[in-house]
Amino acid sequence: MYDVAVIGAGVVGAFCARELKKYDLDVVVAESADDVAAGASRANSGIVHAGFDAPAGSLKAKFNLEGNRLMEEVCRELGVKFYRNGSLVLAGKGQEEQLRALFERGIQNGVTGLRIVGREELAAMEPNVAEGAQSALYAPTGGIVCPYGLTIAAMGNAMDNGAALECGFKAVSAERCKGGWTLHAASGKTLSARIVINCAGYGSEQVAALFGDSSFRIGARKGEYMLLDRSCGGFVRHTMFSLPTAAGKGVLLTPTADGNVLVGPTSVEQAEYDTSVRREGFDDIRAKACLLMKDIPFSQTITSFAGVRAYSDRHDFIVEWSAACEGLFHVAGIESPGLTSAPALGAYAAKQVAEKLGAGKNSTFDPVRRPQHWFRSLTDEEKNEVIARRPEYGKIVCRCEEVTLGEIVDAMRTNPPARTLDGIKLRTRAGMGRCQSGFCQPGVFDILRSEYGLQADEVTKNGGKSFVIAGGEL
Amino acid sequence: MEKKSFVCIECPRGCLLTVEEGEGAPRVSGNFCPRGKAYAEAEVTCPRRVLTATVRGKTQRVPVKTRGEIRRDLLFSVMEKVHAVRVDGPLKIGDVVLADVDGEGTDLVAAANYDGE
Amino acid sequence: MKRDLVIIGGGPAGLAAAIAAYDKGVRDILVVERESRPGGILKQCIHNGFGLTRFKESMTGPEYAQRFIDEAEKRKIEILTDTFVTRLTDKKEVTCMNERGIFTIQARAVILAMGCRERSKGALNIAGTRPAGLFSAGTAQKYVNLYGMLPGKRVVILGSGDIGLIMARRMTLEGAKVLCVCEIRPHSSGLRRNIAQCLDDFGIPLYLQHTIVEIRGKERVEGVVVAAVDKDKRPIAGTEKVFECDTVLFSVGLIPENELTKGAGIPLDGRTKGCTVDGDRETQAEGIFACGNVLHVHDLVDFVSEEAEIAGSAAAEYLFGGERQKRLIPVQAGQNVSYVLPQRLDAASESPQKLYFRVTGAIKNAVVRVEGGDGVREWKKIAVAPGEMEHITLPPAYFREAEGLCVSVLAQEA
Repeated sequence: MYDVAVIGAGVVGAFCARELKKYDLDVVVAESADDVAAGASRANSGIVHAGFDAPAGSLKAKFNLEGNRLMEEVCRELGVKFYRNGSLVLAGKGQEEQLRALFERGIQNGVTGLRIVGREELAAMEPNVAEGAQSALYAPTGGIVCPYGLTIAAMGNAMDNGAALECGFKAVSAERCKGGWTLHAASGKTLSARIVINCAGYGSEQVAALFGDSSFRIGARKGEYMLLDRSCGGFVRHTMFSLPTAAGKGVLLTPTADGNVLVGPTSVEQAEYDTSVRREGFDDIRAKACLLMKDIPFSQTITSFAGVRAYSDRHDFIVEWSAACEGLFHVAGIESPGLTSAPALGAYAAKQVAEKLGAGKNSTFDPVRRPQHWFRSLTDEEKNEVIARRPEYGKIVCRCEEVTLGEIVDAMRTNPPARTLDGIKLRTRAGMGRCQSGFCQPGVFDILRSEYGLQADEVTKNGGKSFVIAGGEL
Repeated sequence: MEKKSFVCIECPRGCLLTVEEGEGAPRVSGNFCPRGKAYAEAEVTCPRRVLTATVRGKTQRVPVKTRGEIRRDLLFSVMEKVHAVRVDGPLKIGDVVLADVDGEGTDLVAAANYDGE
Repeated sequence: MKRDLVIIGGGPAGLAAAIAAYDKGVRDILVVERESRPGGILKQCIHNGFGLTRFKESMTGPEYAQRFIDEAEKRKIEILTDTFVTRLTDKKEVTCMNERGIFTIQARAVILAMGCRERSKGALNIAGTRPAGLFSAGTAQKYVNLYGMLPGKRVVILGSGDIGLIMARRMTLEGAKVLCVCEIRPHSSGLRRNIAQCLDDFGIPLYLQHTIVEIRGKERVEGVVVAAVDKDKRPIAGTEKVFECDTVLFSVGLIPENELTKGAGIPLDGRTKGCTVDGDRETQAEGIFACGNVLHVHDLVDFVSEEAEIAGSAAAEYLFGGERQKRLIPVQAGQNVSYVLPQRLDAASESPQKLYFRVTGAIKNAVVRVEGGDGVREWKKIAVAPGEMEHITLPPAYFREAEGLCVSVLAQEA
């Protein structure tokens, strides 16, 4: 029996696992998909919010500020790229008061460095800013991070420290057992743990229901995005927001930690989980983004995608022991600023659980993980040393992103191991460039086959039945 | 009397050829030049194509082709034979892989050098 | 490391350039090839139809490539395979990476022959899901022809580019059902021969002015929604039709792969997406030449070889004689012409100059008109189409005094 089972390997579940491993606890993470970061953690804006947006006194405000403060150190430990590029909330004529109110709220929430900049300074900060923007709230503590990179790294670090990961574990029932709970998966597998943490994102209402807890409802909101090529990298430096409305923060335009430009998200209420993109979504993004920046190079779009964000009927984070059920802790309803808050949410949840179980510190915990893209950050001389030891680091597989065979092999042999085309893509960027895997996909397909001894019709894009080859061999 | 229309591919002009089949030789119209007429006649009496495909080598596929054009209506039955072929020795471009693949004397030949691996 | 001539890319362009340079006397030649065998994309183009112009016979891609590989071998031209060029400077420094490490070569002349890539479906902003089963036509071609695997059994193809048409036939012969080819434009972008022999032969419908408006399927493609489009390429409501399929191929254009060129700061032409060059195929960086699909996308490899030979010979001349005194004049694309190559011409040249161009729309009984030199010159063409590159040749006497030329194509008056 494990001490703790975390349900869900999104960014929140991954940080819960990592923080739990700082205590003397046996931890397992049960994920319904075939890889980590399969839901909202894979498809969101990647923004580390400054914290001026959440209502004062809310859990969102508290964890946002704390998460933002922790992010730098966490990313350094986990080897994930993080930039404090600063954010700008734009205001047009007649919106000065709203901007002022946002500024005041930020001060109240404890955000540092906030100030309002006028048109001239704004234009100097962002030469391509839209003509209509007269002033802006500048938050220097705002930042950007790769959301799935952070999730993979946090989960990997938890695993390096002994946490177990069970992918393809879709919990369908929970029953009391001696000293804890037994979870049953659709596959027939079972897991037992003294404490269960519910980090199931969109599925967290259903997970709560398995335990007889119906204290909250989860809704889904789809956000569509367009991603522009890295050649547009210099187009924008800060994360550009419009003034928030009741519907949320609206369409933003930001550089990504990997050097692309991201535009979105839309906000579409969903009856069920659906990550399809709509034609109207593109029109909506274009129309709204033009209020932020002028001459946006949409012709450089390399892909579009959608993420589904789960929100709760409490409209704040749910971070608490279940009142209905002993031994169940919820970290649910984690909508924006969930990515920013994840390190703080994980630390808080782990502390609650450790106290409950009376667990001491884990003296052997190592917080450091090798940087995700360590090879590409080396100098040519350093690369040569690596290639001399491991020649596969001299062989480029993905030419757009210049990903080497060595990096791909490592992605399959490093926690959490990649087993699919998308798994390789998220970890190495192979297939994420301008040709969108046209050239490298067959190569990566071959590498997966030989590493795992798969037949041609067993390689998948992202697990399940997403088979790449559906017509068999000639 | 049957009437067929198709675009000539002999040159960029792309004449819309019409062929009327009845008693005697087919009647071609719409052609600008004699090449169009010849093309149209062949297309309605017995269209022929070069077939290209690959056959199984030891660890890779080996490109092959029919040495000349074969009857278009035989393409799929010839493909069946191609599927059954397995080569194991080295081949040079033009080497016969399967003799008389269409039953009318056309050989299937290697369309790339193959080192036998 | 120092080399006289470094050629980036060992496909049809790079090989032909190397052979031409050798035959003009250059001996210190290095061809850098990223794959493990030379031949480039021709390795997977097992269909026939190559070489009709150049060799007057119909060859398969591997056969065409082999001719050049054999010629290169005969001349003992060094081809460094499995080696990727990571950096190029306008000072002709070429940084390479392979399993032995990273090294920089100082070349005296460089020929760019990196080829092109397929436009990805991501750029199209198609609504719907992103399941497995979406392939660019070239990727599917690689799976079928090099891997011996059939990506799927029921296929819809978007775009009537030649690779898509070729794959329609290839997958049909291997047992797949190709339901249709959709082309958003009112005309096909592929060769007429391919429409006849790859689609018509197998009864595969080509829907002009149609596009895919939605992709369906969670894990693997389950279907697509196809709709007619208006003249502005906007889908027409009410024309949607659903096709159940497990695979979608995209054949929606090719883009010269000029990331190295951009890195070196060498200017590109917005229309060709390749370098702007003169008649020698010399770019705006001295001693750096370009040819083949990295310069502009060709529909026939025969023209790639021809262009590569111009670049290879010119590079040899440059190596032996230094930069020639040139009087460069601009060549402009006029009415109904989308681009002309070269974009600049050496008016001091003593040899005839061939101009290659593409038209913006199909015209029957067309007249090609060149202005700006010694009077107006006209050539009659039976028919011109955007999918088929055209060319004309100008004698030196025509452009000797010119300050600029303009090529236009007009419909012949009855």
